[in-house]
Amino acid sequence: MATKEIAGITVNVTEDGYLTDPSQWTREIAQAIAAEEGIALSDAHWKVIDFLKKDFASTGALASIRRINKTGGIPTKDFYTLFPDGPLKKAARIAGLPRPASCV
Amino acid sequence: MMKKILIVGAGTAGTIMAVRLSRTLSRKEWTITVLDKDENHYYQPGYLFIPFGIYTKRDVIRKGARYIPAGVEYMLAEAEQIVADRNRVKLKDAREIAYDILIIATGTTIHPEETDGMMENGWRENIFDFYTVDGAEALAKKLRDFHGRKVAIHVAEMPIKCPVAPLEIAFMTDWYFTQKGVRQNVDIDFVTPLSGAFSKPLTSKVMGHMLGERKINMVADFGTERVESGKLVSYDNRSVEYDLLITTPTNMGDALLERSGLGDDLNFVPTDKFTLQSEAHDNIFALGDATNLPSSKAGSVAHFQSEILTDNILSYIRGKELKAAFDGHSNCFIEAGYGKAFLIDFNYDLDPVEGTYPFPVLGPFSLLKNTRLNHLGKLSMKYVYWDILLRGIPVPGITSKMGMAGKKIPRESS
Repeated sequence: MATKEIAGITVNVTEDGYLTDPSQWTREIAQAIAAEEGIALSDAHWKVIDFLKKDFASTGALASIRRINKTGGIPTKDFYTLFPDGPLKKAARIAGLPRPASCV
Repeated sequence: MMKKILIVGAGTAGTIMAVRLSRTLSRKEWTITVLDKDENHYYQPGYLFIPFGIYTKRDVIRKGARYIPAGVEYMLAEAEQIVADRNRVKLKDAREIAYDILIIATGTTIHPEETDGMMENGWRENIFDFYTVDGAEALAKKLRDFHGRKVAIHVAEMPIKCPVAPLEIAFMTDWYFTQKGVRQNVDIDFVTPLSGAFSKPLTSKVMGHMLGERKINMVADFGTERVESGKLVSYDNRSVEYDLLITTPTNMGDALLERSGLGDDLNFVPTDKFTLQSEAHDNIFALGDATNLPSSKAGSVAHFQSEILTDNILSYIRGKELKAAFDGHSNCFIEAGYGKAFLIDFNYDLDPVEGTYPFPVLGPFSLLKNTRLNHLGKLSMKYVYWDILLRGIPVPGITSKMGMAGKKIPRESS
């Protein structure tokens, strides 16, 4: 496991840059990771991140794109616009959650 | 007072559970009832061969009742609702069945209507699935008359039943048109929401390489927003044109689970990935394609789970801790055309690797390698399925826990 300094805080991350300890996550870290991805976080982005975090806390799993739409109320088209090129991967990383496991 | 175990669904998972429980439970204390809405039992792995004229309907359909053991009640009826708080299942015809233990084995089905435009723009005209007998037969007819040009093999959304099947249909389509001598008139795209050919890294690499060799063009990370006439459109505004679309539509669990408030966003049952107990109710268990487990939706998985679940149901009945743990074991042949196939064997923790897989008489098979023997293994599964697996007869080498013998574990493996 690697560590990385993000927004002035040293956090544990996986090889591909996902936080391994959700408790190390802060909003500043989210902003810093988003900036790495070329995304400036707006209220619409935060709505997604907040839903992902809340849902993860209650279900123990990262929501699927379908769930973000159906339960989170965020239209999939908007989700793709907010987090272009691999929206779930990017949103999960910014939210300090695990990399989406493609179900087999 | 007799107690009842009710199994909803008599597919692979439900039937094998009925067989195992009928051997295990005391008939003085327990009655076992299996409920199914379809009198037919389907050998679903055989669907793949129908579009190419290798199998017909006759190879894949038998009467389900033949496989339900004596002493188990088989009811042909459709469930309307599981009323879990009252331990009852209401049927469509208004009858009710009370249970002490419920096993959900209702599987998964395709839902083309979940993708905008899929039903409206040529379903069963130039858009086909191969996850139903009717779809596979209709596709066979279409392929016979197809002269080009663009074929798109498509996956709408994960998870899907038999995640290797879209790869198999792609390899087989290449083989089929090559045999017919018209491959030069056909372009094949492989359109997937995944970032590669498969969800497991090494397999994805091997399969990606195979797609390339076969001149099948990969279109990855394609989140399908809608189907237009002759065109797939993604959420990020990319498009893939087709003359023939062979699709794996959205897979969902049975609508019964939605009606019963027991399903997730795709009507799959939230289930403990080790014990197979449902998360919502202690006396409800689930296995096979019906669960939300992060394991393959495949017959081998249902078979492996049935052993674990039988143990855990016995423990549950005796008031003991559920100790048997499913390890995510899955075992899949990947038919590649030209009389060859791959075999992969993996679980929750170990992705498919190279090596050999022990198997009586025919084996050992080669893992992650394209061989003739694997192809013979795949073809033999039809007989193994109907006459051995479904009857709960143990096969040496096919065990619920994944074995390590023969596997080459890369040192870098994480």
